[in-house]
Amino acid sequence: MSHDNQGHGGEAHGSLKEYIIGLILSIVLTVIPFYLVATGTFGDTATIIAIIVTAVAQVFVQLVFFLHMNGSSSQTWLTMSGIYAVFIVAFVILGSMWIFEHLNHNLLMGH
Amino acid sequence: MAVQTDLIKDPHILTGKLHWGVIPYTDPVVLPVMIASVLGGLALFALITYKGWWGYLWKEWITSVDHKKIGIMYVIVSLVMLFRGFSDAVLMRTNQALSVADEFGGGYLPPEHYDQIFTAHGVIMIFFVATPLMVGIMNVVMPLQIGARDVAFPVLNSLSFWLFFVGAMLVNISLFIGEFAATGWLAYTPLSGIDYSPGVGVDYWIWALQISGIGTTLTALNFVATILKMRAPGMNLMKMPVFTWTTFIANLIALVIFPILTVAIGMLTLDRYFDFNFFTNDNGGNQMMWVNLIWAWGHPEVYFLILPAFGMITEVVATFSRKRLFGYVSLVWATAVIGILSFLVWLHHFFTMGSGASVNAFFGIMTMIIGIPTGVKLYNWIFTMYKGRVELTASMWWVIAMLITFTIGGMTGVMLAIPANDFMLHNSMFVPAHFHNVIIGGAVYGYFAGMTYWFPKATGFKLNETLGKASCAFWFFGYFFAWIPMYFTGFDGMTRRLQYVDNTEWITNMNISLFGVALIAIGIGLNLLCIAWSIYKRNDPEYRDETGDPWDAPTLEWYTSSPPQFYNFGHIPHVDDLEPLRQMKKDGVAYQRPEKYERIHMPKNSWMGPVIGLLTLPMGFGLVWHIWWMVGVSFLAIIAAWFRFSFERDKDYYVEVEEVEKIEGEFLAANQGRSFTNGFDH
Repeated sequence: MSHDNQGHGGEAHGSLKEYIIGLILSIVLTVIPFYLVATGTFGDTATIIAIIVTAVAQVFVQLVFFLHMNGSSSQTWLTMSGIYAVFIVAFVILGSMWIFEHLNHNLLMGH
Repeated sequence: MAVQTDLIKDPHILTGKLHWGVIPYTDPVVLPVMIASVLGGLALFALITYKGWWGYLWKEWITSVDHKKIGIMYVIVSLVMLFRGFSDAVLMRTNQALSVADEFGGGYLPPEHYDQIFTAHGVIMIFFVATPLMVGIMNVVMPLQIGARDVAFPVLNSLSFWLFFVGAMLVNISLFIGEFAATGWLAYTPLSGIDYSPGVGVDYWIWALQISGIGTTLTALNFVATILKMRAPGMNLMKMPVFTWTTFIANLIALVIFPILTVAIGMLTLDRYFDFNFFTNDNGGNQMMWVNLIWAWGHPEVYFLILPAFGMITEVVATFSRKRLFGYVSLVWATAVIGILSFLVWLHHFFTMGSGASVNAFFGIMTMIIGIPTGVKLYNWIFTMYKGRVELTASMWWVIAMLITFTIGGMTGVMLAIPANDFMLHNSMFVPAHFHNVIIGGAVYGYFAGMTYWFPKATGFKLNETLGKASCAFWFFGYFFAWIPMYFTGFDGMTRRLQYVDNTEWITNMNISLFGVALIAIGIGLNLLCIAWSIYKRNDPEYRDETGDPWDAPTLEWYTSSPPQFYNFGHIPHVDDLEPLRQMKKDGVAYQRPEKYERIHMPKNSWMGPVIGLLTLPMGFGLVWHIWWMVGVSFLAIIAAWFRFSFERDKDYYVEVEEVEKIEGEFLAANQGRSFTNGFDH
């Protein structure tokens, strides 16, 4: 039965080298924001921007090096689930920011 | 339950915050339950040991990775928890009814106990009754419907079950050791923060939900992978049965929302254990952010609960109307649209927060829009029945009960979706009346329809029809008696979660409601009696399912014996139709011996699920009571077990052709000479 072979097909499983690069990158990207906050090297705005940039970069490092996502056609489902995740995250994060912007405005917090 | 668990500020190194005072042996309500549970548990343990069943249980159930057995275990635990959750409901209703009569002086339950009861009721009913009942049925049915031999990750499935089991046990332990949260089922901050809830109740809530929530995330991952990767040859997405579709969408929802819950609870944990200030009222915390995050999880969660119920309703309607399902494509798209829209409505749970007209208007309109695809589904079911030869079996009774009750609940939901209305009704009894209307009337009736329908598939014998119908009737009328009066008191301004009611105008409403609870109690009793009686009668020809297809049904899960062989299908057929079994029967090719069988690749049982799963129990208990050595030891043991499992090679085996041929021969022989009439003319 061809069925038995399903579930093993398609996706790459990555090499040791890939995992090590991914591990180093993710550690570096974790240390940077902690370092910036702990030492206060930059101003508030710059620190927040740095945290967001390293967080987004972290997501991509995880996707590429640990989940082995790339644009090849055998990965339609991975790509689609990636798009789905991005949409949901956008709904929740942008929606929350919108909601709390209005809340703070109405309750005269920070204005 | 009324114990002071916040007295110990400085946890002991060996016993943490535990001391003898945390066991509520002075409580007249808890003590009998405690004695009965301990004696019952000991008696069960003694019986199993005396009969020597431990080996059987370990080999056939505890370590099993068979999706059908795991599904049955989910259903059993959920029915046990239903008993506890319903007892809480009875306590609340009697307490309110007695307090409004005033002769008993404000009810018999003290406020701090009553608060724990409504919290436990909500948590148990959502997380440990509805969710496992649904996950159990999905486990049994979905792989069979798509012609798979098991789920994509069978051992992970076993781990998911045991994590869920530990969550349920932590909630039960809290009844006898310490206390449960007194905060409401979603533990709103800052009430659930360490300042206002210094005891261990919220910690029980945190770890029970965190551990079982991880189980649910893993289940979602497992089912999505199974549906994407393991369908029978020929079954493309638009040939999947509707129940599989709803399972797919529901688990896609769960996959992205449960991490929100995990992170939010993680942040609350940091607040409570390490003096962080994410959700406090001062030091830059924002308590409304908790409400926002918990509902960003919580609203999609209710669609996670209801979508599979819709799927079950669909399968039952299609089978017993004896014609093809009306509007398959629209049902699939309605499910997908609900899946997306469910992420855009969460603010309707806190319209009154004060985010203003524009925000409220957006979420109010989105909430009303989500009623449209839901309405599409109702019409699909009604038109499937239209001009069909409807057979009013017990599962169809549940379907019809659902159609009526759920429609009413949906309409009160649209009323609440209007922000101006919501400002009047927020936090009133109208809200519980609405969500019980949709959760009981939509989800639970759907699950019962599904359970009655698939029971013979899982066990090999049918449920008693008369008792099933009687149970449905008592539930149906009981629901209306119990909750319609609460719509009125809600309109009248009665707030929810009242420990006592002092407005004597509501005496009639309270008593009607109590009467409704009595009817539901009879309904649950009949439900259990129905299962017990059917087990007793299981070898009776009237109950026994010899053919594997007792309802003359159209989908693939009925094209194997009941209960199915451990490998599910001897030969997986090529699927050319949305209703493959009906098509095969029509073409006269069903139940013919395939040209040849092949050997079947199967996973072996694994100790990993129960061992790692159950090790999270002492870990969770230690975390609740600040017993850090217990946490450390359990955590290290989990890591060691995980490590050991990672290096195991001997995980699978083959079923040889001779054995398959022998088993399948018996199955095919049982189906010789059957005649089929189901819906061939449509």
